[in-house]
Amino acid sequence: MAAISLTVNGKPIRAEVEDRTLLVHFLREHLHLTGTHVGCDTSQCGACVVHVNGRAMKSCTMFVAQADGEEIVTVEGLSGEGKLHPVQAAFQEHHALQCGFCTPGMIMTAVDMLKRHPHPDEETIRRELEGNFCRCTGYLNIIKAIGAASRAI
Amino acid sequence: MYTAQFRYFRPADLGEAEALFRAGSDARFLAGGQSLIPAMKQRLASPSELIDISRIAALSFIRRERERLVIGAATKHANVAASGDVQASIPALAALAGMIGDPAVRHRGTIGGSIANNDPAADYPAGVLALDATIATNMRKIPAENFFTGMFATALEPGEIVTEVAFPLPRRAGYAKFPNPASRYAMPGVFVADFGHAVRVGVTGAAACVYRATELETALAHRFAAGALDGSAVDPAELASDLFASAEYRAHLVKIMAQRAVRACDG
Repeated sequence: MAAISLTVNGKPIRAEVEDRTLLVHFLREHLHLTGTHVGCDTSQCGACVVHVNGRAMKSCTMFVAQADGEEIVTVEGLSGEGKLHPVQAAFQEHHALQCGFCTPGMIMTAVDMLKRHPHPDEETIRRELEGNFCRCTGYLNIIKAIGAASRAI
Repeated sequence: MYTAQFRYFRPADLGEAEALFRAGSDARFLAGGQSLIPAMKQRLASPSELIDISRIAALSFIRRERERLVIGAATKHANVAASGDVQASIPALAALAGMIGDPAVRHRGTIGGSIANNDPAADYPAGVLALDATIATNMRKIPAENFFTGMFATALEPGEIVTEVAFPLPRRAGYAKFPNPASRYAMPGVFVADFGHAVRVGVTGAAACVYRATELETALAHRFAAGALDGSAVDPAELASDLFASAEYRAHLVKIMAQRAVRACDG
């Protein structure tokens, strides 16, 4: 067992977990933060993307023990009570989801992308989304929403 | 998916990492984990101890020296891609790092982890081999020429840890890759480096292991231009054939990527 202490969405968390616990399982099953999804479970689809110390990472491809001492933000922690983050608002406005399964990962990737590329062109948005799959193939509105969010922020 | 059970350790320095390895029964070092963790989830790897060296501060740096660029083994792909020192001294290496996987993978994956894993379709081995880099470990220094020994195989001994990779500075270099549309792995990727006295061409994602395309090197040493390869034919005999591409198609792509890499040298 591993004793871990980390910050999740601003809250300090201490826990004792099996060493093999993946970060995504810790978030979903121990903290009941089910906004982070398990899609492919093979590091390809990006439904599990969260921020670790401000950078987008695939939470199905790291153990929570590796996040010991780190700061995690999930889709639930993007904005305050009842308010939407500008990227979330843009996804709503532009109907950037169909079934919605990939949406949390898309949004977390988009927020990370806009930090590094505040004014991305469409080619940059498409390249930066390479690690996120939408199996409804709803990419066009996702790309539009990220462009709109970059202008709104 | 759950991996098999293991014990997780995060040593503060290399000495502690070495001691943990010696004390373990079937220990593996963990860097960014972007290849090892998926392999553990599929139970292709089941180490009994996992020794996380990714947060050893001394392994994470980028240092420009007078005649070489030195990158610490635990340096993330995203940091290499964004480094002003790398962009200024070997822009093609920064470009290569920015083409690995996807942004989330680049935030965790490390150069040391990538070359120690030596995936036959990984990007870094092509650059490390073409640039004639020297790999330093906790035990010795290994020239790239002797480091990559086969599919997922390297010259590393049990308990040996890559600490840094030192790149001599080429006059110019370029990398071009045809990414597998699903995995983004190179299919293939070609790194071309012109050192003035020699031209070196590293090819990944085409065979069981990264290799130097000596016939392309000869043509480019004669005249360093994409057109110099027009008459070259890459022999498919030793190349991989799978559901993504036949050996003949890969051979064709090696030449095309080599030409694109040469063109990339200028811009």
